[in-house]
Amino acid sequence: MSDDLELRDTADQLPDRFENPGFPPHEQRRGDVDPRANKFSERIVVALFAVSILGTIAMIAAYFAFPPGETAASMQRSNLAMGLGLAFALLGIGTGAVHWAKSLMSDHEVAEERHPLRSSDEVRAQAVEVLKEGAADSAIGRRTVLKGAVATSLALFPLTIVVPLVGNVGGDWDVASFKRTMWKKGTRLTTDPLGRPIKAADVTIGSITSVIPEGLEETAHPLDEKAKAVVVLLRLDPRDLKIQPGREDWQYDGIVAYSKICTHVGCPVALYEQQTHHLLCPCHQSTFDVADGAKVIFGPAKRALPQLPITVDTEGYLVASSDFTEPIGPSFWERLR
Amino acid sequence: MTSPAAATADFLDQRTGLGAAVKEFARKVFPDHWSFLLGEIALYSFVTLLISGTFLTMFFVPSMTEVTYSGPWASLQGTRMSEAFASTLRLSFEVRGGLLMRQVHHWAALIFMASIITHMMRVFFTGAFRKPRELNWVVGFTLLILGLAAGFSGYSLPDDVLSGNGLRISDGVLRAVPIIGSYGSYFLFGGEFPGEALIPRLFTVHILLVPGLILALVGLHLFMVVLAKHTQYPGSGRTDRNVVGFPLFPIYVAKAGGFFFIVFGVIALMAATMQINPVWNYGPYDPSPVSAGSQPDWYMLFLDGALRLMPGGVEVVIANFTVPLNVLIPAMVVPGILFTALAAYPFIEAYATGDKREHHVLDRPRNRPFRTAFGVSLLVAFFVLVLAGSNDLIATHFHLSINDITWVLRFALFIAPAAAFMVTKRMCLALQRRDREIVLHGHEHGTIVRFESGEYIEVHQPLNEHERWIRVQHEPIRPLQVAPAEDSRGVRRKGYAADLRRARLSRLFYADRVEPVTPAELAASHSHGTHDELPPAPSGQELVAGGRRSLVADDRAPGDGH
Amino acid sequence: MNWLAAHRHDRRAPLLLLLTALLLTGGVYALLVPAPAVAASTASSAEVDSGMKLFTANCATCHGTGATGTAAAPSLVGVGAAAVDFQVGTGRMPAQMSGPQVEAKPVQFDQDQIAALAAYVASLGPGPSIPTGDQVDPAQGDPATGMALFRTNCAQCHNAVGAGGSLSQGKFAPSLWQTTPTHLYEAMLTGPQSMPVFNQATLTSQEKRDIIAFVSEQGGTQPGGLSLGSIGPVSEGLWAWVVGLGLLLGAAVWIGAKSS
Repeated sequence: MSDDLELRDTADQLPDRFENPGFPPHEQRRGDVDPRANKFSERIVVALFAVSILGTIAMIAAYFAFPPGETAASMQRSNLAMGLGLAFALLGIGTGAVHWAKSLMSDHEVAEERHPLRSSDEVRAQAVEVLKEGAADSAIGRRTVLKGAVATSLALFPLTIVVPLVGNVGGDWDVASFKRTMWKKGTRLTTDPLGRPIKAADVTIGSITSVIPEGLEETAHPLDEKAKAVVVLLRLDPRDLKIQPGREDWQYDGIVAYSKICTHVGCPVALYEQQTHHLLCPCHQSTFDVADGAKVIFGPAKRALPQLPITVDTEGYLVASSDFTEPIGPSFWERLR
Repeated sequence: MTSPAAATADFLDQRTGLGAAVKEFARKVFPDHWSFLLGEIALYSFVTLLISGTFLTMFFVPSMTEVTYSGPWASLQGTRMSEAFASTLRLSFEVRGGLLMRQVHHWAALIFMASIITHMMRVFFTGAFRKPRELNWVVGFTLLILGLAAGFSGYSLPDDVLSGNGLRISDGVLRAVPIIGSYGSYFLFGGEFPGEALIPRLFTVHILLVPGLILALVGLHLFMVVLAKHTQYPGSGRTDRNVVGFPLFPIYVAKAGGFFFIVFGVIALMAATMQINPVWNYGPYDPSPVSAGSQPDWYMLFLDGALRLMPGGVEVVIANFTVPLNVLIPAMVVPGILFTALAAYPFIEAYATGDKREHHVLDRPRNRPFRTAFGVSLLVAFFVLVLAGSNDLIATHFHLSINDITWVLRFALFIAPAAAFMVTKRMCLALQRRDREIVLHGHEHGTIVRFESGEYIEVHQPLNEHERWIRVQHEPIRPLQVAPAEDSRGVRRKGYAADLRRARLSRLFYADRVEPVTPAELAASHSHGTHDELPPAPSGQELVAGGRRSLVADDRAPGDGH
Repeated sequence: MNWLAAHRHDRRAPLLLLLTALLLTGGVYALLVPAPAVAASTASSAEVDSGMKLFTANCATCHGTGATGTAAAPSLVGVGAAAVDFQVGTGRMPAQMSGPQVEAKPVQFDQDQIAALAAYVASLGPGPSIPTGDQVDPAQGDPATGMALFRTNCAQCHNAVGAGGSLSQGKFAPSLWQTTPTHLYEAMLTGPQSMPVFNQATLTSQEKRDIIAFVSEQGGTQPGGLSLGSIGPVSEGLWAWVVGLGLLLGAAVWIGAKSS
């Protein structure tokens, strides 16, 4: 520790910071001094590349030997055999190349100089000069009308692409259709997805049925209509059901229908706990109390699920009394306008 | 000059001047460290995505036209579905190797995003984003966003129930935007949700627009790495003026080239053995069904988690216009804050540090307690949101109430990052103090010596200069101080208020600190015999960093990291 | 069957299938409606007697003598034999601990005892009876229709392939992979605990059998390899980090390490 002794002697002239001690001594690998170890490493590299060759052969063989077939088991076999072949073909090359670099190529670190990225003052001055000359040549500074014309034309021309694009990309742009569904007075409620009409007498207490309007398949865009019109139908013990003021005739004998589309961001609210009368959205756990107007009791939704007014027709089938009286699904800016 | 190789080289060089480029690049030096390979994992998984994706485009039909399925999968025979879904089934079950390529593609996407995040963590915690690399940080950040877009547009393509409900959620979020929300939804879906335009549009976004942008930005990202040369970890002989490592040819050609095959190989191994996104289990999209455990891929999970945590009461109506803050806050504001903080951090830190020099030697995370703690707290916030997005699975797997989990996480989103910040900062300062301790007194040797007087001491092994250098190489950074409000003539100077704000920010970053041992301290510790006494504080230091003249460095005692 | 195989890809096949299903539905429906009465009358009085003894010893504490219910447990009059067979046959009853919900556990009674208990409860009032072997035979169901119905009616709680899922307040929908076809049928018919009732109007017996056909194919071999629990992207993401990134970080450390 003579270093430290010196330091102590000259404590007054000590620098503020330690000096970078420079590169540490190089440590040699076994292969650098022992030719046998070197040879051994080479053999391993060769073996790894051989693994890759075998992997490729195995993959090609599996391609012909294991068609996916008709069952999950044969598909799994085909996928596994080809995948393992591919994996070994790739891993053989990868590990072989890396081991080669690590054990057989030079491991002497070298240093390269860095230079500041910034241009020298001289170059900067020249660059500014070039720009000035160009500007002077074009006389852009003096020709203000020309400058304005160039800027305006460049700013305007993208409209030739944007206008037709925006005009067409949104379909008919009729955003008011968010507020309507295909339910109307007299539309029968049918089971989803098979489309069987439902008799009020057949709906038991504690049941939930996913419901679509009759005639859904005949519409021009069934999925678009279904995305708005799908409803859940539930029957509660009339003693449990708190009928909302003004909605006395929206239910039929404890049978109620609510929009299946969550008022949060639109997932289907389908998870029904019949003992608690809670409807949950499995996406974000908004929880609605069906016994109390499907009001929110937990989770990120704010509004109750819209209720579909229902009644029965002369044959005893459940039908809608009208469309929903408010837009279904997630909130949007002009929802109430 | 008669061999074919020489002839080819001659041909190319005469037409391109390739020789100069080869001479320049072949011996270019790159430092060696495992953490420098994280970005390579991202690059190679992206190449894997391009290869497997090209395979898939040969068989995938991006169309929402309705067809009836008649392939080998029994549970779906006779089911009506879009052509996109049917072709996904066909390329999975009837194209030999198609399922393998599909699974390679999807696993590669998950690995791509995971490696981008880990690469970003490395860059962040080591300060590799400092001058001159701030712009490359922004390029990398843009790549992260593009990666999210690529993933989301990709997993929605099969038109299955799971991703379809994801799209429906996106539609709900889009509609929540004030004024233009409904039009945004029409713009995306070409009319009402789900419409018939979406899958072809997403296809174009997924296979042309986003990968094109990613490819261009990856090129820019790598060009900027070459331009500034790679950073290096601190060590003996390494400075801001050199780069120490191995030459590109042959070492990195073999190592990096080999690593590409390893990345692809590991992904192939996963695709061979582990099933991913089994769309045949979910079935074709239909607006009515939904499955328990509906979640997006992991990198979008934080958004879903934010949506789950938000209480619903904050939806407001102003003048009959609806503003669903219960959607806007979690889906736009929270990620907006997270991402803006991430993108802007290099500039904020440079402003607080007042440092205008180039940095090529990386920081050890402990030497930048504020940065490290801030990064950890961002990660913790992200992780809390990921947990929230998995709350139903946590409930079933650990037999907990989903409502309780949600409530706990609502609080954890605020408490956990703050706690993580404080704990991490304490740990960094403690590690720095330990470094000082070791530099001053050496490693504990494990030998106890008894003096004749009866005193026991433990013998310490002094550090050699290389061991010491690692622990003392970093510059002490002190908070910027404000110059007086009035100049010598008593005139209130301009910009005083701005300086005051900047100094306050700087104190937030650097008030708590432990400074590296100086030669004088080491000498004093050896001469005193007794330890733990520090020399008096360096007084009246001039500005340490090259900041503005109006700010001078704080002169609080080093080692006083309270 | 050859004719069937050859015409399975026919354009009209779904229509034909639907027609057949409708016909079958009607037929089975007609057969099933009077079933409870039949079940009640065929049980021997000896069986009912032994059932009553078992009930008094094991169930009456909570459900009351005569199964009329107490504050602790509901009345069982009119729940039918199917409910008893499900609740006792899956070990849910007799209930042990109080928790968010009564869970399946090792069955406490043998088959004869369960039958006796079911006969006794069925004798108290008409209710759904235990389905016959034919009614729950997966081979007679159509898994494709079953999947469509399962997606709409079951997947929101039990997950797309029946792996199970979470309900509110600590309750959960169990995995269906170990559940017997009979118990699946009975659960749909009676709606135990949180589960809603799926009566003939919502799901006909043929449709229930289709669902059983679909469920019985789940939980087994997957085309793509290990199922990772069949719970979706969260477990996939976890495995991507643990296995994928784990292996790749290991490789990176190996590449970056100095060779000895």
